[in-house]
Amino acid sequence: MINNRALWKAWLLAVGVMVPWNTVNAESSSEDAIAEYRAMFGDDNPAELWLIRGKDLWQQRRGPKNADLSGCDLGRGPGVIEGAYAELPRWFADTGRVQDLETRLITCMTMLQGMAEADILAVRFGDGDNKSDLEALVAYVADASKGHAVSLPMTHSQEKAAYALGAALFYHRAGPHDYSCNTCHGENKKRIRLQAMSKLDDAKGARDAYTHWPAYRVSQGELRTMEWRLQDCYRQQRMPQLKFGSEVAIALTMFLAKNAEGGVMAAPSIKR
Amino acid sequence: MTDPMRVRATLMGDRVEVKVLMSHVMETGQRKDIDGNIVPARYIVKVAAHCNGREVLSADWGPSISKNPYLAFRFKGAAKGDKVSITWTDNAGESRSDDVAIA
Repeated sequence: MINNRALWKAWLLAVGVMVPWNTVNAESSSEDAIAEYRAMFGDDNPAELWLIRGKDLWQQRRGPKNADLSGCDLGRGPGVIEGAYAELPRWFADTGRVQDLETRLITCMTMLQGMAEADILAVRFGDGDNKSDLEALVAYVADASKGHAVSLPMTHSQEKAAYALGAALFYHRAGPHDYSCNTCHGENKKRIRLQAMSKLDDAKGARDAYTHWPAYRVSQGELRTMEWRLQDCYRQQRMPQLKFGSEVAIALTMFLAKNAEGGVMAAPSIKR
Repeated sequence: MTDPMRVRATLMGDRVEVKVLMSHVMETGQRKDIDGNIVPARYIVKVAAHCNGREVLSADWGPSISKNPYLAFRFKGAAKGDKVSITWTDNAGESRSDDVAIA
């Protein structure tokens, strides 16, 4: 007869080993489900609808100056969108400041097309029929960086300063909950409900997150950008509203983008 | 003013696989806006697909279909280069048609 105690111990060991393994995987099973969901969409990401509109907006003559955006310099020369998003934020000589894609597009729309900044900002985040031209243009430009590696040489002193500010802000605790970005994004393998949190001051974490924005956010039914993501983080922390295109928003984007350097752009992607 | 659909049609063996991404709010009529007023219902009620003069798909939709609907279907009896056209009509009477050549 088999030694029951030995068998019992072996069985306990087997179960004991299995249980923690399953618990660890429970956190990532929701991510696996989201990854499967993404794979099912394949080429049919609803972000394509924004790409179609963005391309139109870039090529159409619009605004009081009746001009298209072929003269818009996103850092690689006028009209060059290929790989441009992967190199933003960066310093621009004509405005004398570091800009992210959204603020740079506003510069182009106001300077080249004569549009009013207030009008553009009034619909910075779309809602159903109330469509955002900025979001469509961001989708179109970001798509032209798909496959490109994020590259931020940060040769200009203002670029370095923006990164330093971003880093300081990342760890700075404030607001009624005394949260910082680091509070939620400071450790690996953490989640809030079923949303996984990347460690964003880490190359791998930053790459996973940064290379997938802008994205079609299914829960919003809209294409959302980095500026949206940052202001939504501030809302979730119960901080004062983050001003669109502010020094803070650009500094945080610079921090994340630089940390994500080398990562391959996969935007626009799809998210829950 | 309707936005264009993204239509793709590929010949796979003897079947054509069609994938359509429609741009539509698909408002159910149950949601309230920030002032507490009901956001009026506006959703696609009819979808039809035609190829070579015959209707290959007909669908009756309602408010349960989500925003920016994605539709994929297969049909037989067409060749490369034939045109597939998709038409949607919503409850407000708006309509949109887009087509693509089978690749």
